Amino acid sequence: MTGDETMAVRIAIVDYGAGNIGSVSRALSYLGAEPFLAKAPGDLEKADAIVLPGVGSFSCAENLSGMKKELLLQMQKKPFLGICLGMQLLFEASEEAEGKGLCIYPGRIGRLECKKVPHVGWNTIEACGAYGKRRAVSGSFASQNAAEGYGKIAGGAGRKSRLLAGVWDEAFYFCHSYAVKECEDATAKTAVDGKAFVSAIERGSMCAVQFHSEKSGRAGLQVLKNFISMVRK
Amino acid sequence: MLLKRIIPCLDVKNGRVVKGKSFVSLADAGDPVALGRRYYEEGADELVFLDITATNEKRKTMVALASAVAEQVFVPFTVGGGIASFRDAAAVLDAGADKIALNTAAVENPALIGKIAAVYGSQAVMVAIDAKRNGQGRWDVWINAGTTNTGKDAVAWTREAQAAGAGEILLTSIDSDGSNAGYDLELTKEVAEAVSIPVIASGGAGGASDIADAFLKGKADAALLAGILHYGKTTIPKLKRELAKKEIPVRMA
Repeated sequence: MTGDETMAVRIAIVDYGAGNIGSVSRALSYLGAEPFLAKAPGDLEKADAIVLPGVGSFSCAENLSGMKKELLLQMQKKPFLGICLGMQLLFEASEEAEGKGLCIYPGRIGRLECKKVPHVGWNTIEACGAYGKRRAVSGSFASQNAAEGYGKIAGGAGRKSRLLAGVWDEAFYFCHSYAVKECEDATAKTAVDGKAFVSAIERGSMCAVQFHSEKSGRAGLQVLKNFISMVRK
Repeated sequence: MLLKRIIPCLDVKNGRVVKGKSFVSLADAGDPVALGRRYYEEGADELVFLDITATNEKRKTMVALASAVAEQVFVPFTVGGGIASFRDAAAVLDAGADKIALNTAAVENPALIGKIAAVYGSQAVMVAIDAKRNGQGRWDVWINAGTTNTGKDAVAWTREAQAAGAGEILLTSIDSDGSNAGYDLELTKEVAEAVSIPVIASGGAGGASDIADAFLKGKADAALLAGILHYGKTTIPKLKRELAKKEIPVRMA
């Protein structure tokens, strides 16, 4: 995987006191992008794309309040990727802690209903919406996923996702206790113990994933590469 | 669906891999970073580095290792082996490790587990337990690299560790370790069923059927491998293909 065609893409990593910033930054550098930490609203203007990372609690939403207005503005102008907590922050609130998210989508983040919480480890993804059904006949994990009894999650046509191009048959590293239950722009879902949650969202170039793409091996790097390439489109 | 994890473990001393004869093709087969990267590229789902250096320079070597691995390996990795304080843990986690493993220090000071978890999250704190059969059908917890019997019951200690804030248990059977005769399945199952956090089985893997047993009979979430990989008995892709044939869900990289 070379990063030649992604040279000089400046990516702001929003620093709001949630961990994981180093890992995201190293993965983006590895792919040839130029990540930098955005600590003040003015930093977002300089970026070609924005990443909102996150290992931590929804209570970190408070730390984001100073940048919220500029972030919402810049998110409309350039590609955006929310990772893990950064995806949950697109919503209004969470069962996990007080705090107001970015409110791009309505609803509240709920606690996972599986036997072992947190949900830690590698899990597969399945497309949401009509494209997902057609998909289910092939793919290395398709039969196992079907056996798990995926819940129905309506959403956009998952297979059209630019972010997830080329990685539908891959697994990704998850580490979380809370998750998005539904979203009109869901592209992928993931199940544990037969309970499904939204694992990816995409609307135009605004994207979010529940898994840690920066820790998901080659497949995760491909997702980040797909994201970086949105800058050029 | 949640997949079962295969986790190579590298013992590191003074910056060198202690066991590591399999990759003679590597320019430097004793370099933990090169070996870690090789395992990552072959499809390791995670990596564990146990630094067994016993010098005052130890923290420095662990931090250097964590930051070098983080630059090249894009799956989660753990650093352990003598982390004794919050400061040790913070230094390694800040350098880029995803998790730290606590063993002796957790037994001597269980509050340390919660102290690290409060800042870095439970997912960052793995408690490593070395257990040995005590002749009465139970297992005792041994510390100081398996040289001191604490007399603590291993299953009870696992529950305690979870309550203290551990996010994962690395369970090694001292009886099986190095035997290549299979994991201690009874121990693994008792521990895995006693807690709701993931349990990594360790000690005794001789091949794919042992690993399959750890998952199916031992109820483990992940399997730690050392000797069978380091001495070239098998490879990660080969093991995963064999596990997939046994209908164990694994990630093919």
